[in-house]
Amino acid sequence: MTDVQVRLRDVEKVFPGGVKAVAAMDLDLAPGRVTALLGPTGCGKSTLLRLIGGVELPTAGSIEIEPAPRIGFCFQEPRLLPWRNVRRNVALPLELAQASSEVCRREADRRLKMVGLSDAAEFLPAALSGGMRMRAAVARAFIADPNLLLLDEPFAALDEVTRLRLDEEVAALVRERSITVLLVTHSIAEAVFLADEVVVLSPRPARILKRFDIPFGERHAPLRGREEFGRLQSEIYEVLLAGMGDEA
Amino acid sequence: MRSLGIILRSIWPPAVVVLILLSLWHLAVVLFSIPEFLLPTPWSVLQKMYEQWPRLIAATGRTATATLVGFGLSAVIGIVSGSILSLVPLARRGVYPLTLLLQMVPLVAIAPMLVIWFGYGLPSVIAAACIVSIFPVIAGTLDGLQSVDAGLSEMFKIHGAGRIRTWWSLGLPWSLPSVFTGLRIAAGLAVIGAIVGEFVGAFGGDRAPLGAIITSALKQNQTSTVFAAVALAAMLGFALFGFVNLVGWLLLGRWHESAR
Repeated sequence: MTDVQVRLRDVEKVFPGGVKAVAAMDLDLAPGRVTALLGPTGCGKSTLLRLIGGVELPTAGSIEIEPAPRIGFCFQEPRLLPWRNVRRNVALPLELAQASSEVCRREADRRLKMVGLSDAAEFLPAALSGGMRMRAAVARAFIADPNLLLLDEPFAALDEVTRLRLDEEVAALVRERSITVLLVTHSIAEAVFLADEVVVLSPRPARILKRFDIPFGERHAPLRGREEFGRLQSEIYEVLLAGMGDEA
Repeated sequence: MRSLGIILRSIWPPAVVVLILLSLWHLAVVLFSIPEFLLPTPWSVLQKMYEQWPRLIAATGRTATATLVGFGLSAVIGIVSGSILSLVPLARRGVYPLTLLLQMVPLVAIAPMLVIWFGYGLPSVIAAACIVSIFPVIAGTLDGLQSVDAGLSEMFKIHGAGRIRTWWSLGLPWSLPSVFTGLRIAAGLAVIGAIVGEFVGAFGGDRAPLGAIITSALKQNQTSTVFAAVALAAMLGFALFGFVNLVGWLLLGRWHESAR
């Protein structure tokens, strides 16, 4: 599988009403690696992700994605259809792509096994915990074998323990595959733990303050206790704080 | 056994209220010596119902047929129209305000025209039941479709779903609770529409439905017969409402609070 290259040049996004969310943005996502966009709430990082995902169109500039991507999305909320059981929710992207019901079922079961939800395949979302719902959303994001995965603060609404555990599971899943990943988060620890590169953004309109290469290989829980992990977090925090200026 | 218990628990409070009201009614007629042509006792209404049972039950069948067909048409046309109005913004802006006419124009005023257009008998009564009950279905469908969660709509868009596919797989299931609220209101209105339609456009004699029995009994001061026919029309309305609730529960009970 060829790694997907994403290239943004001079991208600007102005919403109706005149709010400028992104200004003159140049950004390259490292192919086959995880890039985290980190910035204060409302800085335009989710808008950038939506621009790359094609949900929004830029007001100016260009976004090049090569080769044509199969995009997997995971949002802050699980966005599960309450009337569909977990298996049918996970299979939805394939179903919308006109895959046969047999393929949908087989692939959904495979992804559910991957996220440890096989026993809950027949459950409705209302019967699941918050963490299980997010796992189902992760399984859905992976169902079409994405080569570009867009994660928009996927675990922000979960408790800390569940969030850390899901971070580890997602880290393992993306590292098993060659996927270009864009993670939007306002958690420094999550960005450092999951990403190969952290891009720190300024308050709105988003512009790049600094890029950090994250030198760690495998991502396991003990990584969080390492001195270098803490030092990187502190450095990123300083850049964020300086970028926020009077707002901080 | 458990569901029987639930049904009994939900039935007994209104049953007790009905019994109390019937007793008070009976007492009032007896204590104040109200003549039967003004207000018969519940007992004499029951007696009349028993005496005229074959005629009344046949009439109820005719009214039920018109009500069910009229309600079915308003359900189908209402859901389709509400969906089209939701999918085509221009149609929504142009046509939806006009659908309010269906609510504003009194049925009694247009019922004679329905007879002119559809002739005497079942067709004009069906049209009356449909016209008077269709607006809540259109409004419920449109409200439901316009309140679809923006995040879910976005997800369908991301996965390349077209408008019809999104309507079928997301909009329609999402709007079902709202559609069923419209259908519940429409169920009662369909009975009213059928009865009013029968006042004007139904055949009398052996083919008389409940509405025609009511008008002819009124002319002959047979108040007990009027009450018996009205009671049967009310039961028809309850049965249709119950049927809509049952279908709603079957479709929504597993996942939506409104049907639990």
